[in-house]
Amino acid sequence: MPTFLSQSPGARVGLSIAVATGLYGVSFGALSVASGLDVWQTQALSLLLFSGGSQFAFIGVIAGGGTPVAAASAAALLGIRNAVYGMQMNVLLHPTGWRRLAAAHVTIDESLATSTGQTDPVEQKRGFWVAGVGIFVLWNLFTLVGALAGDAIGDPRQWGLDGAAVAAFLALLWPRLRSREAGAVAAICALATVLAVPLVPPGIPILIAAVIAALIGWFGSRNAPAGEGMEPDVEPYPKGTS
Amino acid sequence: MNLWLLIILACVVGFLTKLLGYLVPKKWLTNPRIARVAGTLTIGLLASLTVANAVATGQELAVDSRLGALVAAAIALWLKAPFLVVVIVGAAAAAGLRLLGLP
Repeated sequence: MPTFLSQSPGARVGLSIAVATGLYGVSFGALSVASGLDVWQTQALSLLLFSGGSQFAFIGVIAGGGTPVAAASAAALLGIRNAVYGMQMNVLLHPTGWRRLAAAHVTIDESLATSTGQTDPVEQKRGFWVAGVGIFVLWNLFTLVGALAGDAIGDPRQWGLDGAAVAAFLALLWPRLRSREAGAVAAICALATVLAVPLVPPGIPILIAAVIAALIGWFGSRNAPAGEGMEPDVEPYPKGTS
Repeated sequence: MNLWLLIILACVVGFLTKLLGYLVPKKWLTNPRIARVAGTLTIGLLASLTVANAVATGQELAVDSRLGALVAAAIALWLKAPFLVVVIVGAAAAAGLRLLGLP
């Protein structure tokens, strides 16, 4: 192992999280072309939007027959937590100039979680940059692999890609359901979606659920644990290791 | 063209949202209410997207192989399978149920 990695726990965790997260870019690429986007549009989302949840939200709404406006709205709302992450990272990194723009772009669940899991400020920085840049490179590479593969296979339903999309959303949701409050928010929003689907155009039920979720967050229990819903999809520091 | 336009718009808004965190004073977003809304929004949207992709076909509710994919994915997650395995399990369940003749 290179000395840099063996001596830097932040970089080591960042690299392993980059591989784990980057790999599932394959599923985004394949599902995105199955939803009707072309390879270029798929790649644009991974390069420029670069936030897994928001990207899956965009193609999930399109796949369900929603309008591009509804898709972009869902993606934008799902990205709001990144502003909170940005504020936390700014305190740790206080980057300036082009570094600030670069840091903002790679501010996602996993880079924040890698960084804040370290205690030494130097390791916090290394963890953030290695995870953020590493995921960016691998996520884009594997998006392309998935998009080209998805383009080649023909009927996406025959391959169960619509089932894969359902599984992907559940897998994104799952690590965030640690408390009873989180489970209640998920259940209420799921129910609201089912009730709204027959009544309003595709894509709109998701935005209705967003409004309900925001109202619960704003007016709901003050005792709910902080940071709920902000868990990374891939946990850099699983319980029992360090 | 319209789709391209909204893709670019989503990307610009997404980047500006991230950048916003680096530009505003710390106390703005440490307001526990804002943090809580950001969290519940994330949970609510993902729950809604899961359900919509499982049972909605346009404006109709449909029970088909996707529901099997949802159950299979939940079992995989409960068994602590990694993300990519869960996605593959979901695809295999939906494809398998279709082979058996389900819609």
